[in-house]
Amino acid sequence: MTGMKKLAGAALALCMATTAAAAQDTHVRIGLMYTLSGPPAALGEQSRDAFLLALEQMGGKLGGKEVVLTIVDDELKPDVAVTRARGLIERDDVHFVIGPIFSNVAQAIQKPIVDAGRIMISSNAGPSDLAGEQCHPNYFNTAFQNDQVHEVMGAVAKERGYQRVFLLTPNYQAGRDSMAGFKRGFEGGGEIIDEVYVPMNQLDFSGELARIAALQPDAVFTFMPGGMGVNLVRQYAQAGLTDRVPFLSAFTVDETNLPAQQAAAQGMYSGATWTPDMDTPGNAEFVAAFEAKYDRVPALYAMQAYDTAMLLDAALANVDDLSDVEAVRAALKTAEFPSLRGAFRFNTNQHPVQNFVLAQVAQRADGKYQTQFVEEVFTDYGDNYAALCSMSQ
Amino acid sequence: MYATLILVQTLNGLQLGIILFLIAAGLTLVFGVMDFINLAHGVQYMLGAYFAYEFTTLTGSFTLGLLMALPAALLAGLVLEAFIFRHLYDRDHLEQVLATFGVILFLNQGVKVVWGASPLFVPVPDWLQGSIEILPGFFYPIYRLAIIAAGLGVAALLYFLVNHTRAGMLVRAGASNATMVAALGVDIRFLFMIVFGFGAMLAGFAGAMVAPILSVEPGMGDNLLILAFVVIVIGGIGSIRGAFIAALLIGLVDTLGRGFSTDLLRLVMDPSAASQTGRAIAPMLTYILMALVLVFRPSGLFPVKK
Amino acid sequence: MRGSVAVRALPYLLFVFFAITPALAQFGAEGYILSLVMRVMIFAIAAMSLDLILGYGAMVSFGHAAFLGIGAYGVGILMSHAVTNVLAQLVAAVAASALFALVTGALCLRTKGVYFIMITLAFGQMAFFFFVSLGVYGGDDGLTLRATPTLFGTPVFENTRVLYYVIFAAMLGVYLLLRAIVASRFGRVLRGARENPVRMQAIGFDPYRFQLAAYVIAGAICGVGGFLLAHQTEFVSPAFMTWQRSGELIVMVVLGGMGSLHGAILGAAAFIILEEVLARITEDWKLIFGPFLVLVALFARGGLVGFLRRLGGRR
Repeated sequence: MTGMKKLAGAALALCMATTAAAAQDTHVRIGLMYTLSGPPAALGEQSRDAFLLALEQMGGKLGGKEVVLTIVDDELKPDVAVTRARGLIERDDVHFVIGPIFSNVAQAIQKPIVDAGRIMISSNAGPSDLAGEQCHPNYFNTAFQNDQVHEVMGAVAKERGYQRVFLLTPNYQAGRDSMAGFKRGFEGGGEIIDEVYVPMNQLDFSGELARIAALQPDAVFTFMPGGMGVNLVRQYAQAGLTDRVPFLSAFTVDETNLPAQQAAAQGMYSGATWTPDMDTPGNAEFVAAFEAKYDRVPALYAMQAYDTAMLLDAALANVDDLSDVEAVRAALKTAEFPSLRGAFRFNTNQHPVQNFVLAQVAQRADGKYQTQFVEEVFTDYGDNYAALCSMSQ
Repeated sequence: MYATLILVQTLNGLQLGIILFLIAAGLTLVFGVMDFINLAHGVQYMLGAYFAYEFTTLTGSFTLGLLMALPAALLAGLVLEAFIFRHLYDRDHLEQVLATFGVILFLNQGVKVVWGASPLFVPVPDWLQGSIEILPGFFYPIYRLAIIAAGLGVAALLYFLVNHTRAGMLVRAGASNATMVAALGVDIRFLFMIVFGFGAMLAGFAGAMVAPILSVEPGMGDNLLILAFVVIVIGGIGSIRGAFIAALLIGLVDTLGRGFSTDLLRLVMDPSAASQTGRAIAPMLTYILMALVLVFRPSGLFPVKK
Repeated sequence: MRGSVAVRALPYLLFVFFAITPALAQFGAEGYILSLVMRVMIFAIAAMSLDLILGYGAMVSFGHAAFLGIGAYGVGILMSHAVTNVLAQLVAAVAASALFALVTGALCLRTKGVYFIMITLAFGQMAFFFFVSLGVYGGDDGLTLRATPTLFGTPVFENTRVLYYVIFAAMLGVYLLLRAIVASRFGRVLRGARENPVRMQAIGFDPYRFQLAAYVIAGAICGVGGFLLAHQTEFVSPAFMTWQRSGELIVMVVLGGMGSLHGAILGAAAFIILEEVLARITEDWKLIFGPFLVLVALFARGGLVGFLRRLGGRR
């Protein structure tokens, strides 16, 4: 009992101490929630590190206001995330919750955050119902709606005249959404000759690769994030398919995976909103600063978090009273900030209207691999769910 | 064309089965001989992969890296055995579960602290690069053939060790009656240590072998641990032969099931329903197989007689 | 002697602690503390139900989180069809998890020991993959519960404290129910079946039936936990029923001390609160938590309850 009591006492004391410390209101209190444990931690760390970099560059202030930052790990467990989000709201009394990486976590935490009158800015996850029917004045997204990057690749496949396309994805919601997005972009193009859904965390793709080799499609499109993407890409190259069947992808060959994929990913295509080599104001400086500080190439996740910090910086300069949520929202909606991806504005559903690009993996002069800009595919593109959002009416 | 596809998939299933066998062999020995549930077996596989990465980067040669990873994995296993596991052999299974679960948490986080969360790159050695045309139009990576060969080699070695050496005889005896072996004056603790170290090394070997084709990342052993447990209960705990057959069975069922379940379902339902059902069932196949085996053979296919 | 009194009073102290938490919490980050402690109590319910079969019946279920998920989906699916009545949801959650327990338990109980562990895992995984591929209800993205739960037309659970005390009452009720079960003839047969199944059979009890009944009871109770978890997080997802979750439930029971019921509560509390506190201190909290579990396994025979008992005995 004593142990238990002491522990609970310590926990309680800890909670109260931090609440008391957070009481002054000249500060802007921000909670970052990313997945920082388990294998997907690589993605969360990109976002967290980029946000910290932005904050450091601005002297710990956003919009001239001192920032009190709390970073929490959602462990990729929605129920843990809900409790931690409530902790950010009630204990740390944050004005903003930024994050998460994954859609299921976003789905779980959006309601408690907006219900509590706080503002949530999703810097990566963009599930469709949060863009459409469940949109909310307190919910912003600075990344994209989940379907969009996949639509880009569908459009690319169509434009290049691929007649027979093979689809491959893990069997989970984001994977199914991805395939739907691709098909929308590909509509009016060729034929989907096969659609393969593999179990989550599949290690070995030899079975699927044998099928691809047998069917000889014009192109493969895949959404295979994280470690699965590393396995697939390396096995794809080892099976000698890279030169024979063009590899189109989303979130599969990116800077979080490239250090493990290296030459195997060379020449593979990816849909994106940004690449490290893009010629936009401030981008080269950002990439250089990120690499200098963390010794790795920034990925989309990093850019999006950095942009989110820039957005806050611009918006908060126009807000005097942070407790006036309506004023904060208005400032966010109209904020002009130098986005690393170039043009950026909010749609009626508070998701981005932005350009989408085709990227290709290439080796840099210093030997490192990164995705590089090939062409712009969609210009000033908003998502298909905005019309379903009540704020659009 | 369909026939060749089946052939290639069979080869793939075989290769997955071989990897599973390398992990399961140590697990089933430790379990059978010492009656010890070692959940940390999966992290030993992970350590093997990380050691291979570290030494390959250090020496610039995968072959050297692999050779150095083996003693390192052995050492890691012996250290864990001496400090933690040894004290738990005579305990309740669930206390072993608690301790080894703690070891998993610690080591998964530990490799993340040391090597970072991002997947790491281990190159395929030059002399095993590329693929060969095993059938007209069908290429198969040489490295995968090497994995199959290495796995079969290890299986043969194990067969010899277990069946034709004194240590192997003791291990077999220990698997059916550890107390009796101890009563015969054999240093059972030393025997346990050897078995444990050997099992850890096998898992480490598997980890090192797959490092060039699978992503090396924290927690990479967790899902394989579960599959390895599936293998050893289907095979019958303590039975190397059972583990070998069950590993191949799982490898084949998993690979062929994923490859062809949708096609088979298409014979009886319309394409979209078939594809939906197929993809729902594919990940369950290994578990369905295990449940079926256990319902009809509650002690696995090759139960070791106690 | 006084120490052992304290040990015997442990369950009461635990319940007093949970009862007065809301009164204490109002001085801090109330909603957060309540949310955390509600999680503790919900997992305590799940862990106690596991303790019934694991601690008293030696049936180690490695698929127990499936019941948590099935209970939660009972709520989620009904809510998405605008059935907001919590009683209807509770009945659905309990019935679904009991049915799943009956069907899988009947098959699982053909095996013993580690084979039982693995076959329960198999069914847990099947349930997990089933909900992952259930695209209509969000697949693994899960379902957010947007409708307001009601009882006879009036909203319930809107007030966090009400929800808190509902969960508290559920935990207390489960504890008392399981105590009664364990002390009854049924409970004695269950323990007898663990220690000496042959003898049990000889004196005319069929262990299989008793074990199956216990398995179904445990599944149904865990389904209640799932029902509460869904309402507490206002969200349902297959992440509630991964094999890792089942493993955590086993760890909670063993950590607290199996076969004592309040040990399961203590284990759930220690697990969740330690995780929360350590995660605040360092991102690499598992580097501390892992060795803690190892130390408990090595030195605290019988888990935390066993440790406290011996501490009490020595004084």
